Amino acid sequence: MTHAHTHTPTHGTEKAPFEATAPASKRAAPAPAPRRARTWRLLTPWLFLLAPLALLITFTYAPIANMVAYSFTDWDGVSPELHYTGAENYTEIFTREDLFQVFWVSGYYLAASVIQIVAALYFATILSFNIRFRNFFKGVLFFPSLVNGVAIGFVFLYFFQDRGTLDTVLGLFGYHTDHAWLGTPTSANVSLAGVSIWRYLGMNFVLFLGAIQSIPGELYEAAELDGAGRWHQFRYIILPGIKPVLTLTVILSVSGSLSAFEIPYIMTGGATGTETFVIQTVKLAFQFNKTGLASAAAVVLLLIILLVTWVQRRLVPDDRVDLV
Amino acid sequence: MTRRAVARTLVYLSLIAATLIVLLPLGVVLLTSLKTENETANGGGALTLPHDPLNFHNYVTAFQDGGMLTAFGNTAFILVVSVGGTVLIGSMTAYAIDRFTFRFRKLVIALFLVAALVPGVTTQVATFQIVHSLGMFDTRWAPIALYMGTDIVSIYIFLQFVRSIPISLDEAARLDGANAFTIYRKIIFPLLKPAIATVVIVKGIAVYNDFYIPFLYMPSQDLGVISTSLFRFKGPYAAHWETISAGAVLVILPTLIVFLALQKYIYNGFMRGATR
Repeated sequence: MTHAHTHTPTHGTEKAPFEATAPASKRAAPAPAPRRARTWRLLTPWLFLLAPLALLITFTYAPIANMVAYSFTDWDGVSPELHYTGAENYTEIFTREDLFQVFWVSGYYLAASVIQIVAALYFATILSFNIRFRNFFKGVLFFPSLVNGVAIGFVFLYFFQDRGTLDTVLGLFGYHTDHAWLGTPTSANVSLAGVSIWRYLGMNFVLFLGAIQSIPGELYEAAELDGAGRWHQFRYIILPGIKPVLTLTVILSVSGSLSAFEIPYIMTGGATGTETFVIQTVKLAFQFNKTGLASAAAVVLLLIILLVTWVQRRLVPDDRVDLV
Repeated sequence: MTRRAVARTLVYLSLIAATLIVLLPLGVVLLTSLKTENETANGGGALTLPHDPLNFHNYVTAFQDGGMLTAFGNTAFILVVSVGGTVLIGSMTAYAIDRFTFRFRKLVIALFLVAALVPGVTTQVATFQIVHSLGMFDTRWAPIALYMGTDIVSIYIFLQFVRSIPISLDEAARLDGANAFTIYRKIIFPLLKPAIATVVIVKGIAVYNDFYIPFLYMPSQDLGVISTSLFRFKGPYAAHWETISAGAVLVILPTLIVFLALQKYIYNGFMRGATR
């Protein structure tokens, strides 16, 4: 089939580099090539990497470097001069109670993640066995993770509205309430965390389902012959089989809980004690022009997330990240 | 009933309960979107049926006054360019990393690897300054550049696939006189089709649904994408749940259609995307 692609090179020198572009695994020592050919050969991979690397450095590494630098200043994001203030921003974050309390809000989302993972694990397990309307249930559980966040925010604003969906449904069961669901900090945070379970459960569910289905079927058969019930199959076959995905999910949940933004921002704007770390950072930077302080906050968040990732990698060495 | 039958019933009950919890909030919004203003204002509650189930008046209002046409146009433009760019950049990076040995190859790999650990939301404050200084703030190019530049997951997906393409194909083409670019364009790229489908789906849904980046980088009214345009409903339609609901349904509907049409690929895509 490759004959169809035969192409006469326009430059005579282009023929030479091909020895050198042999894959890393079975590369022989390159034959001595003419100088122009060698330059060209050295250049080829960089031509492919030019755009990707430029974007990577501009939009990932340069911001990280700048962010660390800003975090030691009291910059407002506009003025041409930067004043270095040392570690002042960091002390402010850890000592000012109102700045630090956003971390407690993450607690609600962390608790929600636990419920979410357990429920996703339950549904993935039962739907990996023979169940009627399996594909329907799979689709229903997964669909919310594809829905636009703003639309979800509005759907649930109406859900928690006075005389909205939730009140009406509770009314059907004879439970009449005039509770303002988004009215007090605890109730509002619980409601918002509930929305995040509704939204993200399907994603965890599909990951677990995929992992469970990759477990060889003979294992279940052997277990059944040995008289193992469903619980034992779950405990001794499924759980160990999906361990890598489970730990990945735990780490994604921790960083997701720390960086919750969309749902609370859309639904409450951070009012009634629902401000999360990212909402606070966005407000500090773009409403109050405290770029320096916001950067320090972002550095703290980044360090926490990297720490969590590192701990997870230490606890469960991940063999799938084998890029080299 | 035997114990097994009881267990089975409980399993089905839990599935039905989950289905209700997922569908009820969405279903009610669909009902509300078909009601008139009077019905939502003094109707008997969220679960009552609309008088006229074919009342599309709210959809017209949402679509026209909410600027949804511009929003869909902007979203489509950003989606096509950034997903196309992601496919090109991801596949080129994967090809260069897998098929060449060069100086600093390990460093390049490490750069991409470490970047995958940095959540985008944390660096936004500093990224904002860079986008601003490049003159891209409040243009469609800001989200496009950010979507293309920070997608490490697609590079992983492509890398897995490039590795599975036999090197003998490259070598045969090389003997026929093809250069590295021809090999990439005529052999590697066409063989990457399954990976491209995965990346297009995962990336496409992410871009369609993203709120954070367009919200921060394109504040202009006429640059609204569907997320930000829908978000703007909050002010003018604050108490008009029938209009807001219609807007939400308008935004959800394309997702539902794509999901129903491509279910299998979407599951696979997300499994691959999330586990890299």
